[in-house]
Amino acid sequence: MKTAEEIFNKLKEKFGSSIIELKTDKPLEPFILVNRLEVDKICLFLRDERDLLFDSLMNLSGVDDANGEKIKDETGLETINGGTLSVYYHLESTNLRHKLTLKTSTEREKPEVVTVTEIWKGANWHEREAYDMYGVVFLNHPDLRRILMPYDWEFGYPLRKDYKNPEFYQGMKVPY
Amino acid sequence: MALKTEEMVLNMGPQHPSTHGVLRLELQLDGEIIIDVVPHIGYLHRCFEKHCEAMTYPQVIPYTDRMDYLASMYNEFGYAVAMERLLKIEVPERVEYIRVIMGELQRIASHLVALGTYGADIGAFTPFLFCFRDRERILHLFEITCGARLLYNYIWIGGLSHDLHPDFIRLTKEFIKDFRPNLKELNDLLSFNQIFIERTANVGVLPLETAINYGVSGPNLRGSGFKWDLRKDDPYSVYNKFDYDIPIGTGEKGKVGDCWDRYFVRVKEMEESLKIVEQAIDTIPDGDVTSAIPKRIKPPEGQIYTRVENPRGELGYFIISDGSLNPARVKVRAPSFVTMQVFSELCKGWMVADVVAILGSVDIVLGEIDR
Repeated sequence: MKTAEEIFNKLKEKFGSSIIELKTDKPLEPFILVNRLEVDKICLFLRDERDLLFDSLMNLSGVDDANGEKIKDETGLETINGGTLSVYYHLESTNLRHKLTLKTSTEREKPEVVTVTEIWKGANWHEREAYDMYGVVFLNHPDLRRILMPYDWEFGYPLRKDYKNPEFYQGMKVPY
Repeated sequence: MALKTEEMVLNMGPQHPSTHGVLRLELQLDGEIIIDVVPHIGYLHRCFEKHCEAMTYPQVIPYTDRMDYLASMYNEFGYAVAMERLLKIEVPERVEYIRVIMGELQRIASHLVALGTYGADIGAFTPFLFCFRDRERILHLFEITCGARLLYNYIWIGGLSHDLHPDFIRLTKEFIKDFRPNLKELNDLLSFNQIFIERTANVGVLPLETAINYGVSGPNLRGSGFKWDLRKDDPYSVYNKFDYDIPIGTGEKGKVGDCWDRYFVRVKEMEESLKIVEQAIDTIPDGDVTSAIPKRIKPPEGQIYTRVENPRGELGYFIISDGSLNPARVKVRAPSFVTMQVFSELCKGWMVADVVAILGSVDIVLGEIDR
């Protein structure tokens, strides 16, 4: 059993500036903010290091932080300019019984995060879902396609806070 | 002269009786042998997560019912546990007991569907009817409690919508008394039927390391011989007050982690659930089930990931609150969604007819995969 703080110090020692900070100010769960392009190396270390052994990825989730500049477009609808999209990783060690939350952020205009599919195979569909819903591109992902939305959906990423419904989809009026 | 051979692609589903919903499988075949399976999902996508962001927190509950529609009680249970941890609410003990009773009855009902349809998928139709007969009695118990048979909206944040019906305890006791012999009958009819064993034992073996790496959970993980159950390993509610076992696959009829093991873990889990329900209705305390329901739900800013042991495995809710009346993000980690990924590994090298046997043994619900 290790606390988030102990794990943070261990990671900081190993990876230096890629480990950005440990957030404990918000209530409930602390999380560690990491560099989006080093996630795979950090996760591999977390999985294989003898006193960490995070062998299981419980959950991987894309999130729209909606922290950019909110502007009204000509039709009066709100869009977001700038800010970040994030990916949360919830890890667990079935052997040592500890858990950890990682977070990584990437800019909204060109969201790119390194995949962890090689480390936990179960990440594959979670990452496809995050791509499908938020448009986060997972670099080196073996099969990055849409998963829940239709393969030919070309009207953006539905869970982004500034998503707008298309008027027509395959000849059908959408807000019918 | 060697004959020219060619691989074939066969489409299975989305309208196929043994895909348990609308799942499309793209099978790559070498004759009758499976080389690869590519699952295509999303046919039942209802934008659950997008909906949540437009709802207040209590309004989300009826939507959770519609994810894993064979285990609606447990979906509500998981959401309520997550929200209570986010809001730091203490719930009266009677509420927790009733939730456990409902949750375990739901587990039995859900497993009965899984086992019955599994038999029907591979040619044993009689057990299907027997399973649905017993499930009907559980649905009746739910109906007298909250008025609905399948989609309950019963477990609320901080409480329940109704207290137990006056007849509930008596009817549950009668059900348990009748169900034990029925379970033995199911074993005689299906579990130890030689034809059934031939179809399932040694087929679709899931090694433990693969299972953990893919994040497989619930009966499928336990079928591979790992004693891991969130009711014991990450306790929530009042599960620590009851005495019960965690059954695991032992390779009794073939290898550890084969289809028969995954099947039989569910049979044994039903017995354990009966034990929990029995203990809970004997010791249920009095109290008011609606007293702790908050009038206005406005959690502080923050994020939480909470998980419960759903009949299909680890059901996780990742909720982010921005301090307003609506959630900023609700992500559901659906157990079937994760389990479905390992499916192509399981099928490789088996025949087309075995795909049906393997798919039935992992017991997926498309409502939860697609959300």
